[in-house]
Amino acid sequence: MIALLIRELRLALRSGGGAGLGLGFFLIVVMLVPFGVGPNQQTLGLIAPGILWIGALLASLLSLDRLFQTDSEDGTLDILALSPMPLEQLVAVKAFAHWLTTGLPLVIMAPVLGLTLNLPESAYIWLIASLAAGTPALSFIGAAGAAITVGVKRGGLLLSLLVLPLYIPTLIFGAKATSLAADGLDPMPAFTLMAGLTLFTIALTPFAAAKALRTHLT
Amino acid sequence: MSIWEFANPVRFMRLSGRVLPWVTGLALLTLLPALIWGFFLTPNDARQGATVKIIYVHVPTAFLAINVYFMMFVTSLIWLIRRHHVSALAAKAAAPIGAVMTLIALITGAVWGQPMWGTWWVWDPRLTSFLIMFIFYIGYIALWAAIDDADKAADLSAILCMIGSVFAIISRYAVNFWSQGLHQGTSAPLIRPGEETQVSAVFWQPLMLSIAGFFLLFLALLLLRTRTEIRNRRINALRAREA
Repeated sequence: MIALLIRELRLALRSGGGAGLGLGFFLIVVMLVPFGVGPNQQTLGLIAPGILWIGALLASLLSLDRLFQTDSEDGTLDILALSPMPLEQLVAVKAFAHWLTTGLPLVIMAPVLGLTLNLPESAYIWLIASLAAGTPALSFIGAAGAAITVGVKRGGLLLSLLVLPLYIPTLIFGAKATSLAADGLDPMPAFTLMAGLTLFTIALTPFAAAKALRTHLT
Repeated sequence: MSIWEFANPVRFMRLSGRVLPWVTGLALLTLLPALIWGFFLTPNDARQGATVKIIYVHVPTAFLAINVYFMMFVTSLIWLIRRHHVSALAAKAAAPIGAVMTLIALITGAVWGQPMWGTWWVWDPRLTSFLIMFIFYIGYIALWAAIDDADKAADLSAILCMIGSVFAIISRYAVNFWSQGLHQGTSAPLIRPGEETQVSAVFWQPLMLSIAGFFLLFLALLLLRTRTEIRNRRINALRAREA
């Protein structure tokens, strides 16, 4: 299990692995927004929580289609399925590795970008907290979506169509927690709901994803 | 005699072939009078004027939009557990009908909202969750279309339907949470839960008939589409044998 995690991390961090891509994408999406809505500091501060969250969402979507696709193409997935490790665990480890290489850098990077968007000071800690608690859900939901579309030709586009609507609750609670904090209100209700949702997805999506992978393997 | 006997495609075809003309006729016999009654024989509402009559299309389609998804959930579950092909094909056949019903509900809602709320669209929880549901339908249909192998497509779209159902419910309540702070009370739904009796019987009776009519229409379309899917499957099997 740890060997698999290390393998996943190595593959992602190696050149061409795409771990940096998500971060770069996040940077560009957030950077594009001021060009779209104008450089007004007040407007930017108002929409900053939403922009940062949507940026994180899209960035974590970017590398999802590789999650099982490359392993399925070169046969690694078949070998992993034959190992004594249950597929559910395999999915969980892969999703966790995806979070470590995509979600975690976003969490670290987000406050810096929040600075450029004039995010109110009170919101930083909650931006970090909500992203830290919310992005694992994105990776786990994404893993289920990636498992469903693994054998599909041109599955990348389909994957985003399937996965993005599932991100809506996390986005709502995460952006809400941040914007509540930005307005100086208590962000706990939104934050706890989102954290609960994350735990719920971590507990359940590996089973759905494993079921989908089994369909592909037989 | 149990319901599972209709899992046999031959039995299903025989029974549905016999029932289909009756259901179709009954749907027409219910829907046409209901709509004529609703559109022409009821008075205009005191405040809403003639726009209130959109209710006879809007409410039944919205009702079906939700229930078709629920039906897909149940049939997908049956497919995953008992692997009856008819069940999977029924879910596949229902999806486009449900998507169209959702779309009609959204469009009629917008048409009603323009004169009443002064806008075609507000990000109201109810409207938003319907839009989300429409996207779920589209994703489900797209997944069926994307996979060539029939059993694999059935499996994967059933799994998607399971995940989708869970998240559709979560979204429904998450959206409530999201919209509260933004525009409270800007919009009132046509019928609030618990206030149904406040709709006058003059409007209520044709509405009930219209809901029944739309439901029968759905049933007829569903049977027809499921029969088409089964025939399609047979043609493919025959072709595979030829090749």
